[in-house]
Amino acid sequence: MEELNSLFQGFAVILTPMNILLMLVGIVLGVLIGVLPGLGGANGVAILLPLTFTMPPTSAIIMLSCIYWGALFGGAITSILFNIPGEPWSVATTFDGYPLAQQGRAGEALTAAFTSSFVGALVAVVMITFMAPLVAKFALKFGPPEFFSVYLLTFCSFVGMGKGSPFKILASMTIGFALAAVGMDTVTGQLRLTFGFHELMRGFDFLIAVIGLFGIGEILLSMEEGLAFSGKSAKIDPKVVFETWKKLPSYWATSLRSSLIGIWMGITPGGATPASFMSYGIAKKLSKTGNKFGTGQLEGVIAPETAAHAAGTSALLPMLALGIPGSPTAAVLLGGLLIWGLQPGPLLFVEQKDFVWGLIASMYLGNLVGLIVVLTTVPLFASILRIPFSIIAPVIIVICAIGAYTVHNAMLDIWFMLVFGAIGYLFKKLDYPLAPLVLALVLGDKAEDSFRQAMLVSQGELSIMFSNGLVGSITSLALILLFWPLISKLLNRIRPAKVDEFAAVRGAD
Amino acid sequence: MDANSDSHEGTRTGVATNIVDAVVAVCVVIMGAVVIFGSQKLGSGWTSDGPGSGYFPFYIGLILSISGAGIFLQALFGKNKNTEIFVDREQIGRVLSVLLPAVVYVAAIQFIGIYVASFIYITLFMIVLGKYSWIKSFMVATVVNVLFFMMFEVWFKVPLFKGKFDLLSGLGF
Repeated sequence: MEELNSLFQGFAVILTPMNILLMLVGIVLGVLIGVLPGLGGANGVAILLPLTFTMPPTSAIIMLSCIYWGALFGGAITSILFNIPGEPWSVATTFDGYPLAQQGRAGEALTAAFTSSFVGALVAVVMITFMAPLVAKFALKFGPPEFFSVYLLTFCSFVGMGKGSPFKILASMTIGFALAAVGMDTVTGQLRLTFGFHELMRGFDFLIAVIGLFGIGEILLSMEEGLAFSGKSAKIDPKVVFETWKKLPSYWATSLRSSLIGIWMGITPGGATPASFMSYGIAKKLSKTGNKFGTGQLEGVIAPETAAHAAGTSALLPMLALGIPGSPTAAVLLGGLLIWGLQPGPLLFVEQKDFVWGLIASMYLGNLVGLIVVLTTVPLFASILRIPFSIIAPVIIVICAIGAYTVHNAMLDIWFMLVFGAIGYLFKKLDYPLAPLVLALVLGDKAEDSFRQAMLVSQGELSIMFSNGLVGSITSLALILLFWPLISKLLNRIRPAKVDEFAAVRGAD
Repeated sequence: MDANSDSHEGTRTGVATNIVDAVVAVCVVIMGAVVIFGSQKLGSGWTSDGPGSGYFPFYIGLILSISGAGIFLQALFGKNKNTEIFVDREQIGRVLSVLLPAVVYVAAIQFIGIYVASFIYITLFMIVLGKYSWIKSFMVATVVNVLFFMMFEVWFKVPLFKGKFDLLSGLGF
């Protein structure tokens, strides 16, 4: 097996004391980020990105991806102990996790959550190990029209699979594209949409947008609710862990199903948040004890956690193999690749073998290390949440400001961050999804380049998007997804409407 | 996340969510129009060497305006429009109590640099909003800033913004 060989080479690359240390640091920072309000996976990684500019790319990506795993683990701690989802994807975990903690079974719930996170991630990494090289090999044959059709598919699937108003998804996406267009035109070198302000020549960096939208916006939202944390205490001793582990195999069907849901939602840019809700909803429907969901069922913790972690992990597949990230955090990691001088996309698997397989190997190890770290340090992180918000809030705003400044060493970026923060607050309250905006801001230039190249080849004929079977079917699929809100309305009119189980779930993460 | 659904019903006054929604939608349409205008000036048509610089942004602006108009109509005339209060007085007060100091803080960075501004910001935030004692606030702000200073200037060698009036120039970094 070629993949297994490469994987072992990857392990050889990452198993240095320095990399293991970075992995531990990354996990701990990640859990911290996941626990604190206002710092999430995406903006946490964005803020810490400048610190890695001087590291070798492999070490840098190991640390950053471990921050991501840590954040995924950390979200569960706050939802179970404090009934406050630290991350949007752990909202579904509160439904059964907090009742369990109220019954004094917090240790059990946490063990189940962490272990199923680990299982979800593991299944997804195994999938990445074998699928990513295939996808990359396939994508090597892609020309500009094919790439543009994949971009189209990415963005159309936001519309087709998102909840809430399709207009808002479209608006959020095109705002991202419009902001991406500001600055130097990559093809002609002309200045675009700067309206005479030469400071805008650099354009808007998506890292600034991420830090503002997710960081400052989240702080403002938390502040509005006047947060006062009151949580359950947690002790995890080995006995509880082993007893919970004994129970877990009986839920294998739920774990497997949730992993598959997560993988699907992760590769297509549905994201971890809808994946966790969908998995919770389906588990509730299929479980024998489904009517008891919401009162403290272990299965109700396992389902969303497995799916969220599987989705979070598999979002890296399109990022690595195609250069198209499946989630905002994957987009930030992609931004990192560009800064370190690596070109994401199918060629990465040929030219940067060490890097790719080092990253994949670090996913295996990072999640294992993460599981051990969170199981042993939960009380420590829970105590961080008892620090009053009036201390945490200014410190987080300071961290965001520093993060925004270090991206380009530009003072103006701190102002932009503040503006993005206000926009983020407004948009979150009005149910505009933020993920399409961020992804469009990252991919805007590349999507435009591939579009313009395709148009050059065809001399302006849009029919090139249907010129062969491959590009035609991707484009058709994209168009179906784009008009899915309309199509499903029509279908509902023909058939009697079913009750929408997930109507309450709006927006992606 | 819908923050409106919980707590103190009845006593809340303020603007309805769908009105705010409509106002934001108008801003979206205006932004779209600005993009269309800007890209037409760049040349949104076909030039001798392919699509012009404004070709792609033009359509982006177009979709932006159309979706803004769609949101506007949905917000005002939609079937299930959200007429709940967007924010009440207390909530907006709490939000502004973070946002306005943050604006002052960023302005302060411009002049006295990140470290000094952050020190003052954290201290005042804790005293005024957190009702902590001077000594405690002072301690926290000092510890946080020394930590950041060590991390960025000393360990990772990433110099941060010192401002127009560098008060820390005596430290030699």
